[in-house]
Amino acid sequence: MSETKRETVPLRNSNDVVLARQRVRQWATELRFTLVDQTKLVTAASELARNAVDHGRGGSMTIEQAGAGMRVGLRLIFEDQGPGIPDVEMALKDGFTTGSGMGLGLGGSKRLVNDFSIETEPGKGTRITVVRWK
Amino acid sequence: MDRIPVLRMGSLLLITIQVDMHDKLALQLQDDVTSRIADWGSTGVLIDISSLEIVDSFIGRMLANIAAMSRVLGAETIVVGMQPAVAITLVELGMSLPGVRTALSVEAGMELLYGAGAGFRTGSEDERDEA
Repeated sequence: MSETKRETVPLRNSNDVVLARQRVRQWATELRFTLVDQTKLVTAASELARNAVDHGRGGSMTIEQAGAGMRVGLRLIFEDQGPGIPDVEMALKDGFTTGSGMGLGLGGSKRLVNDFSIETEPGKGTRITVVRWK
Repeated sequence: MDRIPVLRMGSLLLITIQVDMHDKLALQLQDDVTSRIADWGSTGVLIDISSLEIVDSFIGRMLANIAAMSRVLGAETIVVGMQPAVAITLVELGMSLPGVRTALSVEAGMELLYGAGAGFRTGSEDERDEA
């Protein structure tokens, strides 16, 4: 197997959220995702990147190609060292918000990708991994 | 600091969002639109988002806020030109933008606003047809 292509984007402020969107767009374009799939993935990335900045005190996003051969996708990993999510099930519900947002960030972005997993520990941080298959 | 221009055309405000907005820019626009409505007595706001490649919940909320604030200030807002892929994504995300009037193109949006009387209202003109 060839070495995995990978890129990490820091997430410190709202400019980094814009940069994260642009990088995901670039990768999705290179992998020839359809326009709708690109848009969904970029939108999910925007939500999760903003979460990391606003609720996780900043962190990073790693982009890598998932799968090989017939099944190709993009995997995005959002990591922060913030306070963690005390109740994941609750946080995934639409309308749940701790801040001033719509509360669509987590649940909404889950609907925009194919695979979605959260690892979180109170006080340690959160890692959210999403995959959108082509 | 960079800003999204708010143009005045008669009693309408025209806004074309052409950049990939960061959050502060979106909040700035919200402030600018409401101040302009108050300063100029605008009765219609047309926001062209045809260049936007994504609308996430933050930008969606900004659009909804602008529409709500404008309405309270007496102006009608129409968002025009949303790309189909953006519309699909936005609804799947869970935002169907209730309370925000939309139109396919700038022209269609203008017609709606003029139809609503926004383009012609002059302050003393209160006896508009209510067909």
